Amino acid sequence: MKGQRTIEEIEKEIAEEFSLFDSWDDKYEYIIDLGKKLPPLEDQYKMDENRVRGCQSIVWLVADYRDGKILYKAESDAVIVKGLISMLIRVLSGQSPDDIIQAKLNFIQQIGMTTHLAQTRSNGLLAMVKQMKNFALAYKIKNTAKA
Amino acid sequence: MIASATIQKSLDVYSIRRQFPVLDREVKGKPLIYFDNAATSQKPQSVIDALVNYYTNYNANVHRGIHTLAEEATLAFEATRDAAQQFIHAASREEIIFTRGTTEGINLVAYTWGRQNIKAADEIIISTMEHHSNIVPWQILCEEKGAVLKVIPINDEGELLFDAYKKLLSQKTKLVSVVHVSNALGTINPAKQIIDAAHKTGAVVLIDGAQSAVHLDINVQQMDCDFFAFSSHKLYGPTGMGVLYGKKHFLEAMPVFHGGGEMIKEVSFEKTTYNDLPYKYEAGTPNIADAIAFKSALDFINETGKDNIRKHEEELLHYATKQLQQIPGLKIIGTAKEKASVVSFVIDNLHPQDIGILLDNRGIAVRTGHHCAQPLMHRFGITGTVRASFAVYNTKEEIDELIAGLQKTIKMLS
Repeated sequence: MKGQRTIEEIEKEIAEEFSLFDSWDDKYEYIIDLGKKLPPLEDQYKMDENRVRGCQSIVWLVADYRDGKILYKAESDAVIVKGLISMLIRVLSGQSPDDIIQAKLNFIQQIGMTTHLAQTRSNGLLAMVKQMKNFALAYKIKNTAKA
Repeated sequence: MIASATIQKSLDVYSIRRQFPVLDREVKGKPLIYFDNAATSQKPQSVIDALVNYYTNYNANVHRGIHTLAEEATLAFEATRDAAQQFIHAASREEIIFTRGTTEGINLVAYTWGRQNIKAADEIIISTMEHHSNIVPWQILCEEKGAVLKVIPINDEGELLFDAYKKLLSQKTKLVSVVHVSNALGTINPAKQIIDAAHKTGAVVLIDGAQSAVHLDINVQQMDCDFFAFSSHKLYGPTGMGVLYGKKHFLEAMPVFHGGGEMIKEVSFEKTTYNDLPYKYEAGTPNIADAIAFKSALDFINETGKDNIRKHEEELLHYATKQLQQIPGLKIIGTAKEKASVVSFVIDNLHPQDIGILLDNRGIAVRTGHHCAQPLMHRFGITGTVRASFAVYNTKEEIDELIAGLQKTIKMLS
């Protein structure tokens, strides 16, 4: 089960997968492939309130809280962003709010995709990471209030 | 200092390229191919040197100092005003207001002339192909005054519908503010006809020259525009510097924009009298270094020769258009008869952002997205395009690389 492994373990796994590629083309081909394989988000979720604001591509993100874990689903209209989303979901979905809030997500830098996190407004990835963490924070606060 | 500029007989693109140090760099292990010139152009060494020289040798505040450095800085600063005046053929140097760029120039007119002259139910005409910076200031003004914003429609080629424009003009029209060259489509609008038609009804005209100043010969007196705004950084000059041209009688009658130092004659707590043109609109310490270096950019253009630049860019545009049309599924957005060297396109089923990322991966810098012209994108039923825009230092070989890059990109994404 995915939830059994820590965020860092999955990040390490992704970084190792990427270390096999010698060229940027190969890396992007892999990301594009992940993007194409990302299960589409049901239309009912593709509404404005689920949109993560990026300048050029649209990202929809929804989160669900079950048994102490957060499950994410997301989609974009751009395939490279979808590939990046796919990796973020692989790393963060099924983890606990605390672990998600503290996740450093160093793998993005390790696989050379930091440019996609730059404050260029060019895509929604940075906004998406923030939104994923916001969901985790919200669930954590909700839980604390209950307890 | 060059006393008089000698215009080159023809354009040697390789000797021009050597003047732009950034063109030597690599991106992702490939030689940089810079096709984002409509966003900002690269800077020649002479512009970079002018910046460094100012800070190294005569950094001082302008106009008020009596010491040598202040005098040298003031002379260089004001030399740019003369160069800018000649560049757009303005009648006098007092009509050249230094701004931060085109956006500030348009806002200056909106906040001064606009606030003084626009009343409820007045109409302001813009076009469908405006950049947000020539939409939003007028929207703000219309909202404040209860005025109405009217929009000139365009055809599928991306050309203004002139008959529709003439129908929009009426006694209610107080201002026409249109773009000279569209940043997203490349369309060159018939500025002279637009201005003449507006003047017949008594409307004032502002021309947004952000894109045109670098490609076209600008003669504000022949055009007879009332205002003309442009930016240094799209003309091989530094960012944060621009010019607003305004006919003297407008600039004299308009209220001030920003209050502060420089723009005053005398200040007492009871009353302040304002400085003469152009300083009336230049409050505070200006952007001295960038203003000074802007002259080097204008010198570069003058020495290279605007005709030579235009011819070279037209060749690139035609070549790129022809080559791009060979790519299956590619559609050029903006096919006006009169175009500057901007080519915007979409490819069936592919997101512009994906194309942009993969081209960057090959060292090719293009712009993707809505180009700050969302209403225009809406007109074409798209959310964005890929835009390649060419400058004096670009080559056909680089366009071949773009085509090869696109073919590879399509293969990777399909």
